Amino acid sequence: MPEHGIVVQGVGLTYSSAAGSFEALRDINLTIQPGEFICLLGPSGCGKTTLLNTIAGFLEPTVGSVAVDGQRITGPGPDRGVVFQQYAVFPWLTVQENVQFGLRLAANRCSPDEMKRTAEHFIDLVNLRDFKDAYPKQLSGGMKQRVAIARAYAVNPKVLLMDEPFGALDAQTRHFMQESLLQILEKERKTVVFVTHGVEEAAFLSTRVVIMAACPGRVREIIPIDLPYPRDAATKTSPEFIKIRAVIEKVVREEFQKLRLSEVSPGCV
Amino acid sequence: MAAERPTTDGLFQRRQRRERIERRIYFLASFATLLLIWEGCRATGLINPKLFPSIAAVVQSAVVQLRDGSLQQHMYASFLRVLTSFSIGITLAVVLGFLIGWFRVVRLMVDPVINFFRALPPIALIPLMIIFFGIGETSKIIVLSYASFFPALVVIYQALVSLDPIYIRAARTLGATNMEIFSRIILPQLVPHIITACRVSLGVCWATLVAAELIAAQRGIGAMMVEAQNFFQMPPLVLGIILIGIISLVMDAIVRAIEAHATQWQEKMSS
Repeated sequence: MPEHGIVVQGVGLTYSSAAGSFEALRDINLTIQPGEFICLLGPSGCGKTTLLNTIAGFLEPTVGSVAVDGQRITGPGPDRGVVFQQYAVFPWLTVQENVQFGLRLAANRCSPDEMKRTAEHFIDLVNLRDFKDAYPKQLSGGMKQRVAIARAYAVNPKVLLMDEPFGALDAQTRHFMQESLLQILEKERKTVVFVTHGVEEAAFLSTRVVIMAACPGRVREIIPIDLPYPRDAATKTSPEFIKIRAVIEKVVREEFQKLRLSEVSPGCV
Repeated sequence: MAAERPTTDGLFQRRQRRERIERRIYFLASFATLLLIWEGCRATGLINPKLFPSIAAVVQSAVVQLRDGSLQQHMYASFLRVLTSFSIGITLAVVLGFLIGWFRVVRLMVDPVINFFRALPPIALIPLMIIFFGIGETSKIIVLSYASFFPALVVIYQALVSLDPIYIRAARTLGATNMEIFSRIILPQLVPHIITACRVSLGVCWATLVAAELIAAQRGIGAMMVEAQNFFQMPPLVLGIILIGIISLVMDAIVRAIEAHATQWQEKMSS
């Protein structure tokens, strides 16, 4: 068993309620090396967010275990930064105060001087220097998400967990944010697990795309993306990219078809 | 990264300023109209001038009472009652509100009775309190504290249960402890609601105060009005009504100013 990285071992998760039980995840096995960028891709209901939440520590698997650098996950913690689709930037704090938030906590206590320096460093990294005293209500969606990324970075996590972070943005801003994210990672490497339902987004960002199948949620196929970094807008028009995108597209489409059929003849949910 | 811009704040602020000036003009105009109708009703004989004093008479009554210091005494007595009771009521409401929000047991215990007490008008307690504590300050303070307590509790409780859990989740991923989540996530989000609670409570407290003073008090604006009624002195009676209105308006304006300052971060619907 490797000591480093994220190890998901035999994870299954079943929600039970009075109405019955629902198997969200079944026998997930996944080993993620440090510095990898993994996209979880699949139709809605395939459990990709559920899987991310078990790594984040928000959900406890019914069977199996998740470990980061050999340490078993029992709850959320500062070693795993999370970026949410709904931004979750604290609206009552300015940009700088948001980025400093984690550093003020007892878990990551540091000197005021160091705190200020760290916050400014990451505000610069996401290019928000001019807005450091602004409140989130004054920022666009893309800017809010950059604050969230800087806030997660500030406490120096090993892993960045991103749950459809660009899902609520318009297409232009989304492309721009994808490129920004890669640039940020180029400067400060992290292991990333990124949930998306965008095939192009997954192919563009990741080192490996994990395609999931629904009912119950399980790993259908893992496709390595052998395109070199740094990737930029030109990558998306290269023949290699178009080829790999088509391969992923095909698998995703198959899974989607199966899901539609199962809706006609219920038995899944 | 110049692809995105912040919202067009400048344009918005200019429109806001224009609307503010407009509102002030209408504020003055509506009160001026009220005074005109008042004098108009007297001049045309629509209201018997003996039963309703002129503006001048009311102003004169105010001047006389200010000179001999009795008006100040009445206002001071009323203020002291409201301030004491409001402070007691709101403090208890905040404390109990948090206990309800934080501990399931307290919530389950309090939930069924909260609506019963909420529907119970504070004035209904006055006779009982007079029997328990006499007609002195204690019974008034208890009734008024009760009056400010429940509306505040309801506002704070509602706010607590409708907080977005995403911020708590985000704080946990950054390593926040329970105490830190309380002080750095829950409390700041509640500040605007606590201020709203203050506004509601002050209004109810003030309305109840006059009722309490009408029944039994030596000093206070309500007492002043009862005295005026007993001696058929119309100007002080009307003066009392006007004072109550003005003081409510001023108190509300003060709380609103604090609110505007404390909630700069909030996204506002149009005012």
